[in-house]
Amino acid sequence: MKIKADTGRCIGAGMCVLTLPQVFDQSEDDGTVVVLDAEPSADVAPAVNRAVQLCPSGALSVEE
Amino acid sequence: MTEATPRLATYPLTRERAFDPPDELARRRAEAPIQRMTYADGHEGWLVTGYAEARAILADNRFSTRPELLHSPIPQRGEFRSEPLTPGFFLRMDAPAHTRYRRLLTGQFTVRRMKQLEPRIQEITESRLDAMEREGAPADLVESFALPIPSLVICELLGVPYEDREKFQRDSAVLLNLNSSIEDIRAAVQNLYSYLHGLVTMKAKEPADDILSGLVAGGELTTEEIGGVALLLLIAGHETTANMLGLGTFALLTNPDQLAVVRDDPAAVENAVEELLRYLSIVHIGPTRTALEDVEVGGALIRAGESVTLSIGAANRDPERFEGGDALDVTRSAHGHLSFGHGIHQCLGQQLARIEMRIAYPALLRRFPNLRLAVPAREVPLRSNMAIYGVHRLPVLW
Repeated sequence: MKIKADTGRCIGAGMCVLTLPQVFDQSEDDGTVVVLDAEPSADVAPAVNRAVQLCPSGALSVEE
Repeated sequence: MTEATPRLATYPLTRERAFDPPDELARRRAEAPIQRMTYADGHEGWLVTGYAEARAILADNRFSTRPELLHSPIPQRGEFRSEPLTPGFFLRMDAPAHTRYRRLLTGQFTVRRMKQLEPRIQEITESRLDAMEREGAPADLVESFALPIPSLVICELLGVPYEDREKFQRDSAVLLNLNSSIEDIRAAVQNLYSYLHGLVTMKAKEPADDILSGLVAGGELTTEEIGGVALLLLIAGHETTANMLGLGTFALLTNPDQLAVVRDDPAAVENAVEELLRYLSIVHIGPTRTALEDVEVGGALIRAGESVTLSIGAANRDPERFEGGDALDVTRSAHGHLSFGHGIHQCLGQQLARIEMRIAYPALLRRFPNLRLAVPAREVPLRSNMAIYGVHRLPVLW
């Protein structure tokens, strides 16, 4: 899977970081999403999908 | 086939039971999760009680939050749309105006920043518990615990002197009281705003390590705008978590098996907080949005200019999303609840609120393992008259 993040849409709610801190982080500057690992291993796929689903601004998407 | 239920005229506020949304909302949800409702001014708008529909609307920027476009779902707040917006009050702005303010603040409320506050929040919590122990039972848990913790935390973060709390707690209660007259509201906004505006002006001369000083130093917002941002964050920062702590403790005290889980199992606390947020849904009314263009939601065509009022409480109990949602079950996975909203206005301070609750509930229950109500449950005064629901007081013994 490949994670795509649209920092223009991101509102810095932090739901992705809360869900999966080893894959997502927030910029110190404006709190927007920083993807630490854009192609994480399959075992975290359910958590990635949950982060995508919880994202309030629709800034995250996943390509299989 | 039975006759269709008559259209609801204004939004129901009376709760039959302390922890449940008004029964009328659950009835309406079973009938149609999105349906017509007549607003206080006669406007024919919509009521949304379904989870999927509420979430879709919150995420959709074709729905506006600007006050001049909104019709009021309750008679008490009919005159609000003509009130001028306080500068910087970005909760009531759409993108891109909203984005500019939010971006200046999100860096201050990241998951990491909030985690760094943990030791200080623990310290504040323990000192409140020490004070309760010193002063002895009975105590009003709202006054001695639920309100001071989030209030102290948000004051320190923003750089608002906690000693001034009488100035802003009274006015903020007027703002949230659904029965306040428009004149009272105007006066309370004026008081709060001039207090905070004065404080921001002072920060320009004597900056400190706090959010308001940071906004002043950043130079992107005017003093007037920072005053409005401060107004929004100060109210949002202490009324909400305070009511979750008060009402949440009440809910746990009436569900002793659930209370035991929160007290005894540190690994269960994270989930328990999400479930309490879902189950209690303290946003008592709304939010309301207005369609900027025609939008279809759940088979209903909402026309441009029509207002839509969501019930967060009903959506969070929607059986389509949360099975057996009318029961409190701190072991369920309640993620995805709408208690912090959804979409671009989702609560800025949610990660702070989570940490405050994760620390405060177990700390209270461990310090006073014998904590109990000092009055019969039915005598606990409920905040049915406030925009943020909860308990006015919670008399406890230990």
